[in-house]
Amino acid sequence: MHLAECQQHRQGDRKAETVTGAPVQKRGTAAPMSRETTTSPANATTDVTKLDRVVIRFAGDSGDGMQLTGDRFTSEAAAFGNDLATLPNFPAEIRAPQGTIPGVSSFQVHFADYDILTPGDRPDVLVVMNPAALKSNLPDVPHGGILIVNTDEFSKRNLTKVGYDASPLQDGSLEPYQVYEVGMSSLTQGALEGTGLGKKDAERCKNMFALGLLSWMYHRPTEGTERFLAEKFAAKPAIAEANLLAFRAGWNYGETTEAFANTYEVAPAKLPSGTYRQITGNNALAYGIVAAGQQAKLPVVLGSYPITPASDILHELSKHKNFGVTTIQAEDEIAGIGAALGAAYGGALGVTSTSGPGVALKSETIGLAVMTELPLLVIDVQRGGPSTGLPTKTEQADLLQAMFGRNGESPVPVVAPCSPGDCFDIALEAVRIALTYRTPVMLLSDGAIANGSEPWLVPDVTDLSNLSVEFATEPNAMDGSDEHWPYVRNTDTLAREWAVPGTPGLQHRIGGLEKADNQGQISYDPDNHDRMVRLRQAKIDGIDVPDVTVDDPEGNARILALGWGSSFGPIGAACRRVRKSGMEIAQAHLRHLNPLPANLGRILESYDTVVLPEMNMGQLAMLLRSRYLVDIRSYTKVAGLPFRAAELAEVFTDIINDTRPEGSGEADHVLTEATE
Amino acid sequence: MSIDLGLPDLGGLAEVPTTDEPQKAKDYKSDQEVRWCPGCGDYIVLNTMQSFLPTLGLKPENIVFVSGIGCSSRFPYYMDTYGMHSIHGRAPAIATGLATSRPDLSVWVITGDGDALSIGGNHLIHALRRNVNFKILLFNNRIYGLTKGQYSPTSEEGKRTKSTPMGSLDHPFNPLSLALGAEASFVARALDSDKKGLTEVLTAAAQHRGSAFVEIYQNCPIFNDGAFDVLKDKDEAARRIIPLRPGEPITFGPESEYGVVRSGFAGLETAKVFEIGLDNVVVHDSTVADPAYAFALSRIGGQDLEHTPTGIFRQVARTTYDDAARAQVAQASEAKPADLQALLRGNDTWTV
Ligand code: SF4
Repeated sequence: MHLAECQQHRQGDRKAETVTGAPVQKRGTAAPMSRETTTSPANATTDVTKLDRVVIRFAGDSGDGMQLTGDRFTSEAAAFGNDLATLPNFPAEIRAPQGTIPGVSSFQVHFADYDILTPGDRPDVLVVMNPAALKSNLPDVPHGGILIVNTDEFSKRNLTKVGYDASPLQDGSLEPYQVYEVGMSSLTQGALEGTGLGKKDAERCKNMFALGLLSWMYHRPTEGTERFLAEKFAAKPAIAEANLLAFRAGWNYGETTEAFANTYEVAPAKLPSGTYRQITGNNALAYGIVAAGQQAKLPVVLGSYPITPASDILHELSKHKNFGVTTIQAEDEIAGIGAALGAAYGGALGVTSTSGPGVALKSETIGLAVMTELPLLVIDVQRGGPSTGLPTKTEQADLLQAMFGRNGESPVPVVAPCSPGDCFDIALEAVRIALTYRTPVMLLSDGAIANGSEPWLVPDVTDLSNLSVEFATEPNAMDGSDEHWPYVRNTDTLAREWAVPGTPGLQHRIGGLEKADNQGQISYDPDNHDRMVRLRQAKIDGIDVPDVTVDDPEGNARILALGWGSSFGPIGAACRRVRKSGMEIAQAHLRHLNPLPANLGRILESYDTVVLPEMNMGQLAMLLRSRYLVDIRSYTKVAGLPFRAAELAEVFTDIINDTRPEGSGEADHVLTEATE
Repeated sequence: MSIDLGLPDLGGLAEVPTTDEPQKAKDYKSDQEVRWCPGCGDYIVLNTMQSFLPTLGLKPENIVFVSGIGCSSRFPYYMDTYGMHSIHGRAPAIATGLATSRPDLSVWVITGDGDALSIGGNHLIHALRRNVNFKILLFNNRIYGLTKGQYSPTSEEGKRTKSTPMGSLDHPFNPLSLALGAEASFVARALDSDKKGLTEVLTAAAQHRGSAFVEIYQNCPIFNDGAFDVLKDKDEAARRIIPLRPGEPITFGPESEYGVVRSGFAGLETAKVFEIGLDNVVVHDSTVADPAYAFALSRIGGQDLEHTPTGIFRQVARTTYDDAARAQVAQASEAKPADLQALLRGNDTWTV
């Protein structure tokens, strides 16, 4: 998916994300759709099958380098010109006990010859490095799927560790799958014999063997990976060489043995023309902040405290000091936002980045920013909660915290990106709101967007909007005196002036105590407090946000699928499936959650049914019901993983056919397993 | 190991613009009515500050007071400078962001024993360790005033208050020992009533580049009246207060008959000068690199005020966080122009 597709649903050239067509070469099985098989001239024994899309999942122990392997395969797919989406999934522990289920780390990549919306529901191909990876990931593989298994790790001991009585490779339980048994550890060791590397070190390169094998199977370009390895291990030429040898050994294994009857081709995608790169959500957010500082002509000060899954924003921004970016790794979450607010008071673009537990700690300072009406960007990369919850898993359950998680009437604008690439645009949008209206803005990303990646059409910087602001320079007292009154407001935006220290004649005091309207001295006057509460609310309610657009290709849909945040992909993919099966459904996606787009109420009313999937217990549904007094069919799941397109397609189909029992999925708070 | 950033050896106000226009104390008085209780020590500190600031000759618009919550934290409202009355304990965090991004400001944090040592303890120690260029004035009245009289982290053990009718159980902090343990580069103590001593300390603090920590003993006549009376009674004060004067032997007493001498392992204690001889009295030097000396000074006397050194305990030059942070930004900017388009493109693109 490209640009903020959720901003403007692109019409035309829409191809349904086909129901999983596993590239199985089981004799006697009907070939799934959209495939042609030819015989490869290079290898007379290998057929080349053309596919429109493939989902591959690499799974192994956290020490097996699966994230790197997946990442490299993704880069190869990107370099080849496929559209793609990824889903890394790893344990919160840095190294959970080796060979155990909690220690399994996986990386799923979906690549296609058309524009796709999700990392894929289920892997067509599962690469497993040990029994634990097989056990924990096999339930996701549809029957007929391909398993590529590193048999060397299937020792009695490792099998027992995860509760296998007999080896699944021998007991017939893998019959429904197409299994390729490859002794990856020993083959890698064999390939590295004579390099002088110890057995253990040699064995560690087996992930590159797997990458080489898969790269061969899918006709991937290899120059990028070869260059990457040389650069990554530039300081350790022996290790670089070993990884390269393992990578080539994997490729050659596929090429020379006759174990694999088929290779597969996924042609480049026909995407809008332009220059592309691969980008993760956290990186796109960091770039958006750098760009916002440049467009606003303000220095950026990020105050932050390390927290999963937001730390990469701090890491990335700390690399870009040449753009006038200062990063302060503070002593705690509170100090992080404190430093950002202090910098904002001094006239910088103040930013803080965190996850839900950090927002809880920052709440009081967000309240101070509301009261002092200073611009501030607060990024919450949501993860599973409550409390420490599921640090590495995704969730959308901080919406109400962002909206209301402060004492008093403390309104804050809330925006949410719909994809990794959209993080760039949403950061600029959040900063626009913060600077124009002098308010803290909550930006709700989530774990799936933060670590997920996709091809990104690199923006032309000359197209970015100008965000420059003017500081106050003259006294503004309404009584004609030569004083600065801090709470005199712009009549359009209701924003107060930004008078930064160092400006002669504008000395004034602000703070957390209630202030008198206009004049800004401390005021305990009841009527004044009532007026100020309403003014602060009116300022946020009056923020100019774009209308939401509806995607309804035929224009006759009676059902609207509504969403926010990272569920845009699965909802969109599900809508495609529903439409492909001949039914109509409209889709709308919210990037602005506070205030809501002005046309939303009218849109909600114009459909018979509005269905709203959320990775929480129905938080947006609750807000919309109370705001618009319309019913919403809430479909909720809080499993730490994104929705599956198939699962949502079934929900939508049931609702369209009216076969979904009343009340089912109606904020039923039931963890619903995907049924495909 | 410290990295030589090639930073110039500057004073605390080196980049703050000055003015030749004569200033008076009243130029620093805001139009807000001062609302501390009658007789509160805060008034004297405010007056001292207002008469001291003109001596710096800074542009008043380049002075900022940031405070937390508590009686003393109302201070910024009464100063005709820029000011932020923030939230409980967080003033050092806010000042860190402000001072780091604005070297042209003279930033003062006003805090109290509850604000700085209880709810804001973490921010205080980290600000001191980083050595950010702002001044921290801790008004220590050994009580919670604004919430009407609960014991504070500097209250004596066993103190009976509204929340501790049977006596408090907490062992108090020695704020100076804490600051020194947190690697503070400037540590001083003054009494609210001692205008001259306080002015001297404030002047040195303002000129110090880095975090300057000043403990001010402040009387709260409402909830902890007379906590420091023994230091205000002329005879008692002469016996108890140990004035620290740079380059001079540390003597005290009505006839300077007592002195501070070395004791045990890196310790200090008081002794009669005639018994040990003036040559054995320690000559005060706040610039000693080893903080053990200032720490030993901070341990003389203490909660019971039997002996109370006042003045500057420690004043050493150390790279400040904000200077170093700005140097990194400058260095990066010099090494690589800010080319946004190049950043967005990255190294790995393909064209469709
Ligand atoms: S309560 Fe104590 S510290 Fe607070 S203003 Fe009154 S006298 Fe001063």
